[in-house]
Amino acid sequence: MPDLRLEDLSIGSLENVSLTVPAGEVVCLSGRSGSGKSRLLRAVADLDAHGGSVWLGDTEQSAVPGHRWRRQVMMVPVESQWWADRVGDHFPVGYRVNGQPPLPVADLGFDEDVMGWFVSRLSSGEKQRLALLRALAMNPSALLLDEPTANLDAESVALTEHWLKREVTQRHLPVIWVAHDREQIRRVAGHHFTIRGHGLEAC
Amino acid sequence: MGVIDLAWWKLALAAGMIVLLAIFTFLGRLGVTRSLLIASLRTGIQLALIGLVLEALFASSGLHWIALMALVMLLVAGREVMARQQHRLTGGWAFGIGTGAMFLSSFAVTILTLTVVIGPNPWYAPQYAIPLLGMMLGNTMTGVALSLDRLTEAVWRQRAVIENRLMLGQTWQEAVGGIRRDAMRSGMMPSINAMAAAGIVSLPGMMTGQILAGSPPAVAVKYQILVMLTITVGTGFGTLMAVAWGSRRLFDDRERLRLDRLSG
Repeated sequence: MPDLRLEDLSIGSLENVSLTVPAGEVVCLSGRSGSGKSRLLRAVADLDAHGGSVWLGDTEQSAVPGHRWRRQVMMVPVESQWWADRVGDHFPVGYRVNGQPPLPVADLGFDEDVMGWFVSRLSSGEKQRLALLRALAMNPSALLLDEPTANLDAESVALTEHWLKREVTQRHLPVIWVAHDREQIRRVAGHHFTIRGHGLEAC
Repeated sequence: MGVIDLAWWKLALAAGMIVLLAIFTFLGRLGVTRSLLIASLRTGIQLALIGLVLEALFASSGLHWIALMALVMLLVAGREVMARQQHRLTGGWAFGIGTGAMFLSSFAVTILTLTVVIGPNPWYAPQYAIPLLGMMLGNTMTGVALSLDRLTEAVWRQRAVIENRLMLGQTWQEAVGGIRRDAMRSGMMPSINAMAAAGIVSLPGMMTGQILAGSPPAVAVKYQILVMLTITVGTGFGTLMAVAWGSRRLFDDRERLRLDRLSG
């Protein structure tokens, strides 16, 4: 998989942010609430208008249609949204064949029949883990994770971190991971930046 | 069969019944007395005035006067569509999209009906053109207003869902697909219901009026069928255009959801 590159990106109070995320590596991003972490991810996913450019390997963001870009550079928000009745309806069609999901749902602590569950029955922690599963089921080329373990209990955090690390390494994905917990950052990050004032600062 | 003209004082009898109703609602403190009286007064004055305008219009039969009348009707309908939306597109788009959709569909269907189906001489003869356009515009206005209101309101409320669907790589059409279907349905429902209930549950107003005015029921029925079908066509295409243009305007060329284009 190619690297993810931010060149002179400007959005909100952030100005001229440049950052390279190598494939297979997790770059953690922290900062006070309101410092613009989520907005930075939204700019990389091209959900908000912004200055500067973003590259996935040789492909520039503005060179492909918005939905194609987002299919490759996939953002997972803190609060995931579910619009259909059952979990499986939100996954690509192939994932419902014979009720046998090719993704090992057990690794994330789910039963095999999870695709048939009603969304209204899910807890916030289950929603968050399933949102990660849903994003990876789309086969993205890069991941933007906004506090992916914010709604999880300690046991699920360990499970999810382990699973994400393994998938990222196997699939060789560049990942920007917004996190607060210093311990988590130490566990998962290849590099760690924090937002100070108008830019990023290496930690 | 001739038409029995109504003397003005006979209408006063009907007005008297309204006053009686108003007295009862007032005594019962039901809170509709004021709006009831004002609305009745408005009906009387507005229809009397339009009667004068139509008399003059029928007498002159000039195409430019009829076009002017049609333009005024269109602009009032456009304003009404805009006023009925809670979250409307800013920068003149709410008015522009509503009016544009109504203009294209109502006028095209009305002119087609006049020239091809009814065929009066000249084709713009006001006693055919004005009532037909009026019914077409009135119904298309309802469809366009309902669908645009439904569209903008649902997008406003479900912004998180739409953006999450965009994050998963869906196109903007997929991300608002369900909302567009709902908007289209709410715009078309009144026409579809009216057609389904016609003649069984309700006797349509136009047919009733024509029969009261002395037309044989067989002729009145044919006109009613024509009007209902053309109204549905006009409403349907108007709603279709309004929903297509309105939802397109809510996204930019990068397929981002642009709620800043809606007023709060």
